Amino acid sequence: MRETVAAAHRQAVPHRFWHGVRLAWPVVMGYVPIGLALGVLAGQTGLSPLETGAMSALVYAGASQFVAVAMIGAGAPALSIVVTTFLVNLRHMLMSAALSPFLRGLRPGALAGIAYLITDETFAVGHGEFAARGQGDGVIFAGLGLTSYLSWLSATVAGAWLGGALATPEAWGLDFALPAMFIGLLAGQLRDRLALSVALVAGLAVLAGGPYLGSWSVMAAAVGAAAAGVGVQRWTGQRTGTSS
Amino acid sequence: MAAVTYGPRALPLLLLASRPLPPLVRQWLGFLPPALMAALVVQAVLMPGGQPQLTLANPAVVPALVSIVVAWRTRSLGLTVVAGMAAAAAWHRLGGG
Repeated sequence: MRETVAAAHRQAVPHRFWHGVRLAWPVVMGYVPIGLALGVLAGQTGLSPLETGAMSALVYAGASQFVAVAMIGAGAPALSIVVTTFLVNLRHMLMSAALSPFLRGLRPGALAGIAYLITDETFAVGHGEFAARGQGDGVIFAGLGLTSYLSWLSATVAGAWLGGALATPEAWGLDFALPAMFIGLLAGQLRDRLALSVALVAGLAVLAGGPYLGSWSVMAAAVGAAAAGVGVQRWTGQRTGTSS
Repeated sequence: MAAVTYGPRALPLLLLASRPLPPLVRQWLGFLPPALMAALVVQAVLMPGGQPQLTLANPAVVPALVSIVVAWRTRSLGLTVVAGMAAAAAWHRLGGG
């Protein structure tokens, strides 16, 4: 085992980066239609392609950007947009924490860069890759994250340019690209029965708690369901097959 | 907006990556991916506007079922997205959405 770990680290940096780029292709397949849809919506709300691009480049958070565009369209005050954006994206705290055991020993500068590239999708793909290898790799994550970032940026700007030509995004299924992406990412996480149970508990918790917790529901459900998973794992003494 | 989306992504990584974590915490972190993804799926598909909507009046239900079958059979993220979008477009044109 120690030899394979050492061998992996001896691989050249460009090789590892390229491996990350290749891991990104399913994410890009999702980001292009989702980004187009967001760009079209932003364009219809009155944001220019430049403003849309700046938002993608700086905020880089799909779900939050959809919410923000809707709120801008509804004339919501800036502070409420910022607070809502914060709540919608707070779940990334959990993703960042879950990646941290795999990226031990990296310089703070490298970690800060990687953090910028964490999205729901790069997290799911990257964490899956690290868990399968039994070790993390910041260079692979950089390849994965930068490719995804550039595809998101280009797609949202293209969508804002296209604007009127795609007046009804629903007719092209663009509004379903994000849910479909989440379903595909979830499927990749269901390695064993315990993971499946944790997922079911989290899903039911959102359904039950969502109307009361609003933006907090995803985070609360994930925190609780993962804790329940740990409880069951300790209780049954089952230690194999999970991705910790 | 940039600060509030970057902060939550950066702080845990910067604070936690430099120290060893107890096994209990590591186990908990390992269960977060399936939990988060399931929560996101339910929110995106079954809760339009923040309220549960579990009938066929919800235009996302049928495309979601198609996506689940494709994801389960192919294990391909790309195919799942394409099939889900195609199903959503078809369902919309059939008047379901």
